[in-house]
Amino acid sequence: MTTATTLPTGAEARGAAPIKLQPFLLQVLLIANSVLMLYPILVMVFSAFKDTGQIYDSPFSVPDFTNLVNFGKIITQTNFVTYLVNSFIVTGSAILLILTFGSMAAYGLARYQFRGNTILFLFFLSGLMVPLKLAIIPLFIQFKNLGILDTRLSLILLYTAMGLPSTIFIMTGFIRTLPQELEDAARIDGASELRIMTSIMLPLTRPAMIIAAIHNAVPTWNDFFFPLVFIQTDARKTLPQGLTTFMGEFNTDWGALFAGLTLSALPIVVVYIVLSRQFIAGMTSGALK
Amino acid sequence: MDRQFPSLHRLRRTAWIAFLVAPALIIMVTFVVVPIISALAFSLYDWRGLARGAFVGLENFRQVLFQEPFAGWTRNAFKHNVIVFVTIMVVQNATGFLLAYALFKEPFGYKFHRVSVFLPVVLSTVIVGFLWKLFLHPLFGLVNQVLVGVGLESLALPWLGDSRTALWALIFANAWHFVGFPTLIYLAGMQRISQDHIDAARLEGAGEWNMIRYVIWPLVAPSTTIIFVLTFIGSFNWFELPFIMAGLDGSPFGSTDVLGLYFYRTAFGNQSAGVQDFGKGSALAVLIFLVIVTVAALWTIYLRKREVEL
Repeated sequence: MTTATTLPTGAEARGAAPIKLQPFLLQVLLIANSVLMLYPILVMVFSAFKDTGQIYDSPFSVPDFTNLVNFGKIITQTNFVTYLVNSFIVTGSAILLILTFGSMAAYGLARYQFRGNTILFLFFLSGLMVPLKLAIIPLFIQFKNLGILDTRLSLILLYTAMGLPSTIFIMTGFIRTLPQELEDAARIDGASELRIMTSIMLPLTRPAMIIAAIHNAVPTWNDFFFPLVFIQTDARKTLPQGLTTFMGEFNTDWGALFAGLTLSALPIVVVYIVLSRQFIAGMTSGALK
Repeated sequence: MDRQFPSLHRLRRTAWIAFLVAPALIIMVTFVVVPIISALAFSLYDWRGLARGAFVGLENFRQVLFQEPFAGWTRNAFKHNVIVFVTIMVVQNATGFLLAYALFKEPFGYKFHRVSVFLPVVLSTVIVGFLWKLFLHPLFGLVNQVLVGVGLESLALPWLGDSRTALWALIFANAWHFVGFPTLIYLAGMQRISQDHIDAARLEGAGEWNMIRYVIWPLVAPSTTIIFVLTFIGSFNWFELPFIMAGLDGSPFGSTDVLGLYFYRTAFGNQSAGVQDFGKGSALAVLIFLVIVTVAALWTIYLRKREVEL
């Protein structure tokens, strides 16, 4: 999950290689790829500072970064801020519920032997690969019957359900590695089971909680499919869904379109750059044993 | 003495464990198990809008599989899903493997490249879709401006507007978005290979190609398994990117239609077709689900065996 620091570099490991072609080719490959990854994002940001004419005429030029007209349009003429707040509410609440219920269940499964323990664990695990999109019709009817169609609550509950399997998987594995002695010592001191869990064991699981939180926060923050089906009222839309609304409105105003994309990408890109190691570990964690 | 629970009453212990696992269990049953089973049940009924009608057995399945025009649409969408899966598997994941190998060597600047290859992965598909839709604009898009700029006017095609190129343009956008994912899965796999294996191969004088072919590739087999299965599930759930870039009808002329779009159209209707049909929609959902589960399970078994053999 972290970078291996013990591995020698390619050149060292090969010793006296006949030609140094390989490192050069690998370097070219990586640079070419980084250009391909970053250049479109750079053009997106640059274009956000241009008007449509400039984008058409000089798409590659460096813009005047003091020209904030397009951003002004997005902030004042669309519900961008509302969408952003909604995304925070939905993602934040879902992650809170996922971590609370996920660590509780993981703790129960990891620290206590009881009948059905393994079956229960496998049940949660089976949720990992279920493509819940395919159950959208029953979910739609269920939410309608519960009277929570077109609410943020519907999304929060659904994302919680989708996040629990991976969280339980990640947390159970971690909690199992905590030493039994910690628990026993506290028990001899007369601490209750609840107290042992909340004040002694769970604080130690912070690294796993961060992994689980990122693993679920990114897809939740980015999700578009479920809001598309469940949310109709504009004031309740999340950012990706809201983006489709104002991309439609600004149809031919390319400067505003790029500003909207830039602003929408900004929060997660900033967090990613600051926490890239945790992001990479978190997002690939379900796929690594 | 029971080492783990010296002081707890049996009943209290049971209640405590139940308290711990019940919330997660209830949420999972309510919002995952019940809906999945309901989808199966729903597919056996005739639906009028939101109202469930008569029990019709496998009639919905017969229609989407064998009765035109539904069967033709199903075949068309399924074919595109297969193309998407195979292309992503070969192109996107092979690129990921190569990039991972380059990063594994830890050349100058590899930390930077590792962050940049994964950057698009954290973006929403909606952002990526719109971004590439603008970039692929026939006249003013970045792609054709670059092509014209380097003297390749003949390649400056209306990528998304032509039914021969539209699906490939979508696959390209998808690869741009997600290539970082297999890259870092493979990288993690390579970093778990013991240094002894690599050293031993070096001592035997293995060149770069033989090193990849006989040491690295077999030893990252578990990564390949997981990438294979995730790619398959992803390809057969493909919805957001074609929805944003090509619209709900899979334009132009259904050339980008995939099962996800077709399922959504059938279930919730669209401007052109209007009607929503929960019965046929559920039948499609069940079929997609069966394909995913069957293939994912069989491949996991097959590839795990292969892991052992390699």
